[in-house]
Amino acid sequence: MAGTDPIHQFVIYDLFPIHLGDEAAGTALNLSFTNSALFMVVTVAVLTGFMVLSASRSALVPSRFQLAGELTYSFVANMLRSSAGKEGMKFFPFVFSLFGFVLVANLLGMFPYFFTVTSHIIVTAALALLVISVVILYGFFRHGIKFLKLFVPAGVPAYVLPIVVPIEIISFLSRPISLSVRLFGNILAGHITLKVFSGFVVSLGALGALGWLGALLPLIMTVAITALELLVAVVQAYVFAVLTSMYLNDAVHPSH
Amino acid sequence: MVTQAYAQEAETPTEENLDTAIDATHGEGVDAHDPTADTHTGTEAHYDDGHSDVFPPFDPATFPSQLLWLAISFAALYLLMSKVALPKVGSTLEKRQATIDADLAAADADRQKTDAAIASYEKALAEAKAKAQSIAAQSRDAIQADLAQKRGAAETDLATKVSAAEARIAETKTAALAHVDEIAVETAQAVVGQIVGTVSPDSVRAAVAKVKG
Repeated sequence: MAGTDPIHQFVIYDLFPIHLGDEAAGTALNLSFTNSALFMVVTVAVLTGFMVLSASRSALVPSRFQLAGELTYSFVANMLRSSAGKEGMKFFPFVFSLFGFVLVANLLGMFPYFFTVTSHIIVTAALALLVISVVILYGFFRHGIKFLKLFVPAGVPAYVLPIVVPIEIISFLSRPISLSVRLFGNILAGHITLKVFSGFVVSLGALGALGWLGALLPLIMTVAITALELLVAVVQAYVFAVLTSMYLNDAVHPSH
Repeated sequence: MVTQAYAQEAETPTEENLDTAIDATHGEGVDAHDPTADTHTGTEAHYDDGHSDVFPPFDPATFPSQLLWLAISFAALYLLMSKVALPKVGSTLEKRQATIDADLAAADADRQKTDAAIASYEKALAEAKAKAQSIAAQSRDAIQADLAQKRGAAETDLATKVSAAEARIAETKTAALAHVDEIAVETAQAVVGQIVGTVSPDSVRAAVAKVKG
């Protein structure tokens, strides 16, 4: 019955158990190499393989494969440059890694029986917190206390500031939450929907001839949702990278 | 029917699991270790038979492992991208841009050279044309001056010849006129001599002069 359980696909299980601490003492720590860890490694391998292989023959006139890697590069570079300016380009490897990781993880998740790394809130939250940490640390490192100008918009009358500044602070603090929940929610909901509809196909198909007819509708839905989820996988990676670029812009130019 | 019911069922416990999982995460944030360990041991037993009593994405027992391997893999990805892949692609793109720029600059230089050559050719052509025109004008003027001079010379020559001829004619005429008297006298003398006989030339001359008046 696990085949039609829409939640089963998110289960994490150990591949190489690494258990630290003492369970009895309450200090147990499971650092096992799990299916999630495997797909993180696969994601890194796929992205690295793609980028390195496409750049291996650095021809003046690129082949299609080389062009694919170069277009990905310039796509992220242009996105970051337009959001954070020339100064923001020092974060290019970071933004590219984030975009690539989320994109490849999302797309790998579209394969049947594959685990979707980004369907776990802890992963997306960790990535979002990483982004916000980089923004805060670099902001203070680069601008010192002037980084706090971020919360004081220029040209706002002084008597409005007591209202505006808390709003700005709340909006800043909500960024990692929205960043992580958006990605997690989209991927999780999409995969559950896909699994529920494909589960209908299986369960209706088991009912005989009439069931086969009835299974046609959820089958069409499954195909349509698969297409939609492929779009969502790309769009969410793009959104994650665009928002990261915009937040990094705040770290580079806090007075805007 | 059984499987469809199962699909319906699967939704409901999920909702419940969600709530319990949210509680679990909240609890984890407040008092660190104990609930984590509890859920960890609790879920661990169930995973093997494919069922879980906690919604997997909210199962804090899996968090340390996920965080560790995410950190490892993302750090590896960042290093691979920033040290290996991206510099290579970037240098390829830069090299291509440099080549394109150099080619464009060379083409522009060539074009400017061509333009300069065309301009100098046109200048030389214009100069040659002007020179040719001036030479033509000069020679025309020279020819005309020569012609005028020659014509003037010829005209004066002719005029002197005409006046000389006219003078000669007048001379001849006066000479002829002077001979007319003599001829008339001689003729008259001869005629009178035939008719009347010998007459003195002086009387004839007087008679002729009288007739002539």
